[in-house]
Amino acid sequence: MIRLEKRPQPSATMSWATPLLAVVATMIFGGALFAALGKDPIEAILTIFWEPLFGEFSFFYRPQLLIKGAPLVLIAIGLALGFKAGIWNIGAEGQYIVGAICGAGAGLAFYPTESIFIFPLMILAGALGGCLWALIPGFLKVRFGTNEILVSLMLVYVAEQLLASMSLGLLKNPEGFGFPGSRNLQQYPSAHNAEIITNTGMHWGVVAALIAVIFSYVLLTRHRLGFAIRVTGEAPRAAKFGGVNPARLILFCLGMSGLLAGLAGMFEVAGPSGQISIDFNVGYGFTAIIVAFLGRLNPLGIVAAGLLMALTYIGGDIAQSQLGLPAAAIQVFQGMLLFFLLALDVLTNYRVRFGTGEVA
Amino acid sequence: MKFTTLMASAALALGFAGGAIADGHEKTKVGFVYVGPIGDGGWTYEHDKGRLAVEAEFGDAVETVYVENVAEGPDSERVMTQMALDGADLIFTTSFGYMDPTNNVAAKFPDVKFEHATGYKRLHPNVSTYSARFYEGRAIQGHIAGNMTESNIIGYIGSFPIPEVIRGINSAYIHASRVNPDVEFKVIWVYTWFDPAKEADAAKVLIEQGADVVLQHTDSTAPQAAAQEAGNVVTFGQASDMGQYAPFPRVSSIIDDWAPYYIARTKAVMDGTWEQKDTWDGIGPGMVGIGEISDRVPADVKAEALAMKAALGDGSYHAFTGPLNKQDGTPWLAEGETADDGTLAGMNFYVEGIEGEIPQ
Repeated sequence: MIRLEKRPQPSATMSWATPLLAVVATMIFGGALFAALGKDPIEAILTIFWEPLFGEFSFFYRPQLLIKGAPLVLIAIGLALGFKAGIWNIGAEGQYIVGAICGAGAGLAFYPTESIFIFPLMILAGALGGCLWALIPGFLKVRFGTNEILVSLMLVYVAEQLLASMSLGLLKNPEGFGFPGSRNLQQYPSAHNAEIITNTGMHWGVVAALIAVIFSYVLLTRHRLGFAIRVTGEAPRAAKFGGVNPARLILFCLGMSGLLAGLAGMFEVAGPSGQISIDFNVGYGFTAIIVAFLGRLNPLGIVAAGLLMALTYIGGDIAQSQLGLPAAAIQVFQGMLLFFLLALDVLTNYRVRFGTGEVA
Repeated sequence: MKFTTLMASAALALGFAGGAIADGHEKTKVGFVYVGPIGDGGWTYEHDKGRLAVEAEFGDAVETVYVENVAEGPDSERVMTQMALDGADLIFTTSFGYMDPTNNVAAKFPDVKFEHATGYKRLHPNVSTYSARFYEGRAIQGHIAGNMTESNIIGYIGSFPIPEVIRGINSAYIHASRVNPDVEFKVIWVYTWFDPAKEADAAKVLIEQGADVVLQHTDSTAPQAAAQEAGNVVTFGQASDMGQYAPFPRVSSIIDDWAPYYIARTKAVMDGTWEQKDTWDGIGPGMVGIGEISDRVPADVKAEALAMKAALGDGSYHAFTGPLNKQDGTPWLAEGETADDGTLAGMNFYVEGIEGEIPQ
């Protein structure tokens, strides 16, 4: 009989070391997996982690890290605010989609007018779209006590249908020979989220992510609201006695995470992706959940975790083409990362007891 | 501009450095970007068979690389760039959504040849497009389906409402209704190329609605399994033979045979004779194959189907031959008139007799 016994005081060092240990464990077991597939494990791990950063073509891959990492960080920062308070927004993918639709729609409404006001307007529209989409589960939770996990998740599928409808109807490129998908915003200068400095990968979404990190850091460490968020997560009753208005907190956390996810979608559609299409979303909203936890819900940790996830994606694709590793093996590798993190978290917070022991 | 030069020179440098080693002859490197897993048993599986055929044909003179499960959008752009940087001479991008990324990357690597499947944009002299006239196969399917249905309800699993899929529905309907004027088509749009769970659900819904023939324009074998379970439902293999479901429910199939094209294009790159072109081949040149028609199809129907295949192959019969009206009753093709490629390429209407609307 194995029991888990809660540790009275989990080690502070361990809770910081677990993400690193998880990465190391992933490398070891991932390496074993690659070896079992008949590939050189050292070479595979190096290809995934070293090649994009310091390899021959790192001048191309490093900017790609920012492009891939920015939406993850932006979304994860918002999610972490809610997660800290025990408010579970699982539907960031949907908010990301709606933000992209609203942002792109606002821009395309003015096509082909050129004006410096178009891009800021798109940012506003994207933020607002994501925010409102996330406030639906927020409102339902506050008003009717529904479960925000289920509602926000189900709204992802609604958003996907909306995306398909937009690609085939309202936002369809009139010059696209009847094919689905909007005009390409990369070819519409006023709406294009171009790189601020060429070849650095630094687009406005990266800037927004950095600003979000700083604001969230200040909010959590220096601001009353950040304190309310932390207390609510750790001791909801105490928070209530302390004068925290739970309804307002729920709306703030969901609205804010939706806003940031919407921004991420908007910057993506106006920049790297370029167009609204049926397959526009590629799972950033879900991967960001892993990023938020891997980063210990801490803004700086999330930056590191976001870049690490981006690295495994980019390095994973390189390993596929250079070493012939199957895509599924790369996905298992990424899954291991979360698995080991969660497993080590359990061991940090709980002690494993063998034998029967007395039943509580 | 500077970046372009940098990329091109990097690729060039590597090309020379990489090519000169070993026994002196330079390998031609061919890259493949896949939207699904190579084990999907359909679309991507057939493209990968084409890749293996290239390897078999040229042996040591070529090296092929591939990356599977590549999302359309910035991820695909990165994967293509990475292949070009790694010294690929020729890159096949095998999904419609890779259209803009293919052209973007082609602009940066003028010396690398790009081949984009099912698209229409050739913005640079190093981009070709290719596709197959799947609708010719659909005509044969429609003929068999119209003869075999007893409930007179034919189910159709549509992926996306794009011209390619709409062409297939029209072609199948025209030929089913010619042999069976009472036939009715029920179309379900699943908005995915590959999702076994969704495809199975769609098949089950169609069967429950009385369909005893299910046609699919999606890539997995899940609908075949659903039909097998139902027991008395006829299916056709899609993209690949799906022969494991023969002789019943799968009574025939449309097979995409990319091998001859891939071999020819690779050869052209080797010989230095590669030129931009737009290829749209059907049964005649062998890009569309018809899988063996099983004995569950009555002998006379089978003979008619084979005759139609021969006629489509030698060009004496066109799958869209008038008289045909559009869904709203307006005349489209007069008696004996055949559809032109332009109309077919952008087909966004149903022919007369099909009920329901194309989603907008």
